Amino acid sequence: MTAPVLNRRNFLTASLLAGGGLLFDFAIPVSAATSDKASHIGAFIRVMPDNRFIIGAKNAEIGQGAKTSLPMMIAEEFDVDWDQVTVEQTHADQTLFGAQSAGGSRTTPREWLPMRKAGAVARAMMLNAAAQNWNVPVEGLVTSSGMIRDRRSGRLIAYADLASDAARIAPPDPMTIKLKEPSQFRIIGHPVRGVDTPAIVSGKPLFGIDVSMPGLLHAVLETCPAVGGRFVAANLDEVRAMPGVAHVLTIEGDGQPESLLDGVAILSMSWWSANRAREALNVKWDTSVQSSFSTEEYKRQAERCLTERAQGEILRKGDAETAFAEATRLVEARYEYPFLAHGTLEPQNATALFRDGTIEIWAPTQNPEAGRALVSKATGLPPEKIRINLTRIGGGFGRRLMNDYMVQAAAIAVQVPGVPIKLLYNRQDEFRRDFFRPAGWHTLSAALDAKGRVTAWRDHFVTFGADGKPLRAAEMSPSIVPASLVENALLEQSLLETNLPTGWLRAPGSNALAFVTQCFLDEVAQAAGTDLPTIMMDLLGAPRLIEGEGRGPAFATGRAKGVIQKVLEMVDWHGGKSRPAGRGRGFAFYFSHAGYFAEVVELTVRDGQIGEIEVWVAGDLGSQIVNPLNALHQVQGSVIDGLGQAMAGQKITQSAGAVEQSNFDSHPFQRIDMTPRIHVEFVRTDNEPTGLGEPALPPVIPAFINAIHAATGKRVRTLPVDLSESSI
Amino acid sequence: MTVGFTLNGDRRSFDVAPDKPLLWVLREEAQLPGTKFGCGAGLCGACTVHLEGAAIRSCITPVSAVEGQSVVTIEAIGVTEPGRKIGSAWIDQDVPQCGYCQSGQIMSATALLAQTPHPSDEEIDAAMWGNLCRCSTYVRIREAIKMAADASPTSSSKVSE
Repeated sequence: MTAPVLNRRNFLTASLLAGGGLLFDFAIPVSAATSDKASHIGAFIRVMPDNRFIIGAKNAEIGQGAKTSLPMMIAEEFDVDWDQVTVEQTHADQTLFGAQSAGGSRTTPREWLPMRKAGAVARAMMLNAAAQNWNVPVEGLVTSSGMIRDRRSGRLIAYADLASDAARIAPPDPMTIKLKEPSQFRIIGHPVRGVDTPAIVSGKPLFGIDVSMPGLLHAVLETCPAVGGRFVAANLDEVRAMPGVAHVLTIEGDGQPESLLDGVAILSMSWWSANRAREALNVKWDTSVQSSFSTEEYKRQAERCLTERAQGEILRKGDAETAFAEATRLVEARYEYPFLAHGTLEPQNATALFRDGTIEIWAPTQNPEAGRALVSKATGLPPEKIRINLTRIGGGFGRRLMNDYMVQAAAIAVQVPGVPIKLLYNRQDEFRRDFFRPAGWHTLSAALDAKGRVTAWRDHFVTFGADGKPLRAAEMSPSIVPASLVENALLEQSLLETNLPTGWLRAPGSNALAFVTQCFLDEVAQAAGTDLPTIMMDLLGAPRLIEGEGRGPAFATGRAKGVIQKVLEMVDWHGGKSRPAGRGRGFAFYFSHAGYFAEVVELTVRDGQIGEIEVWVAGDLGSQIVNPLNALHQVQGSVIDGLGQAMAGQKITQSAGAVEQSNFDSHPFQRIDMTPRIHVEFVRTDNEPTGLGEPALPPVIPAFINAIHAATGKRVRTLPVDLSESSI
Repeated sequence: MTVGFTLNGDRRSFDVAPDKPLLWVLREEAQLPGTKFGCGAGLCGACTVHLEGAAIRSCITPVSAVEGQSVVTIEAIGVTEPGRKIGSAWIDQDVPQCGYCQSGQIMSATALLAQTPHPSDEEIDAAMWGNLCRCSTYVRIREAIKMAADASPTSSSKVSE
């Protein structure tokens, strides 16, 4: 750890509030003990005169629980009771709050120390204020429930009654402040309900779509069905004459789907009227560049790539060619999976008001600062003239790491100065303008020696790219398991062109690659006369650290073995229980987003129908689960979400450059009737806590497919699963 | 045209196009944003409200179709006994994740309990099938409905460390 770059006194303020009370405002750049380069203590605590505490939640809430878990960390070290705390969402400002993105399961590891330090610094100032006030040594004072007690005299004082004294105390150094031992935790590690749950249950306006203000105009935006098509002409005047229409505006794009595409915006006092007027809109688009892209064409090109020499190498380790030539047994198979949409239930939206050279935005975004940069570029306004308010988010899954809706709202707002506008997508827009999980095709080969050990691994991965580089979320890491564990490995890549923008979908990369690698390894294990957990344990070998790519986390083989052992115990994997015909169970392990997860799925296949699913999950997220209630919820959601990707029939297809799906009937998500029984256990290890939005998802897909094989003998190599397919 | 109906117990009338969906009358005219827009096609259930006590999808219901009838939204769900029970079970089980679908879920669950005080697992699945939860909070939706039905909640999920 390094010393603070800036004088802390300039960045931590403790000031008296008008009307009584005290504000602790933290904006201390510190280097936290995480893999992130720098972090801030970006937080605030307001001590109210009645000894209640308002704690700022600085990160966007997408259902991952950060609005609850980060204030829990502050409250724990400040040493107040959770029922004394009210949580308030902050706005977006990285100079005040540091990183505010919600993605990559990074929030917990990034904030684990800074949030606790913020609480601990504030507590130390309270203690010092009491010591001065009573003229006693601070060592004799203890805190609890927002009170300070002098152990010797038994005197008690509330934090609120020390406000004016604490405001004059020099803050201690956050780098050396002492934190609680885990055994002292009274909030962290205890089940805490979501802070917004009561408001959600009573239908209170919390979400971006609910933003309302006087004079608001509602906006819809038409863009080319084939993403990237250029605007040529439209019957704008005809639409202007439609009932309720206030403005019809053309938006000139910059060709970047993540920023601004050509479009026509219709504004009305009513979103429904604007959306209806859109039906009369007739735009001529130039799709000459886009129209050649189609699902059929990708498939044809991918097949050709897989029979040809790969365009490039991701990893060459050892001597795979020789190992394959000397193999006792060779296993080979081809796997494929489709583009997928995010389908956040709250459609993309943003409200924007441009006036006096500044723009104020209200947006459900997972990545506000990236949005600010794009809005600045698109409007020419300097970043400090852009204020971004964070709303609760009706589902993220990575979709709202992109900020296209924010840029579009800003581009509309600057054309109607002084008028607040709210842009809202309809469901078809959602499917047209998503940033899709990229499709992929793999030819995998494994070499086995006479003892059934895997001596070489090869994967020719065909996906999408441009200029020789994979598109966003289409990368495969050279440190992927099991290539990183096998002595000889060759990972190759060939790239196809597409007009579809790609993006991060919950557990990006891993959601597809876990399926490919753990299902193929299941095939390899059977060819070797063993099973997948056994072959995984052999490959993992002695506990050791395997470095990750770039800033990626290192992979600890011992932790992987720990969760595998745990889940095998949970299901009595090696036990002799026999299952009826048509019932089978499958296993998979995956490491993603610094989380280690081993999962077993058991299911029944009867007449081509899958049912009676039961899932066991063992995960290692380090030494501490911050909120065990939310942790359970995240795992339940990840498991069902993953099963949906495998079995609900999700795929995005394209014709003449345009996405063919337009609603939840053509791209279905999991419904309540397919909800399995889910058993979850966490293995605690002596490692920094890591995040849980993503890593429980990837292994459920291969475990599910391996279970289908166990139940039926049919090997599924294509997603989504279609058991009627004759090719199986 | 003017369309009149009872909204959360109050007689209301709105001067709107007769084919404007009830959802948008609620959100834009009545300033009741608790009812959510999700798909516009009756496929996700986020817009579920009660019409004469039955769960309907307000995004595909023209406002003229509710003329003279009684509409209840999430904002008033606590006034009925089943609604109050469902609401408190939802909080107890901490059902929401992102929370966006939950007003629709609660409206469907309340309509189910009002008609079937002790629903079976199959009845729960059938009544709730039309309500998509993208965060997949289904385990707790089932638990909360059972809890509200005073059935002893049988845990279909457990956590331990």
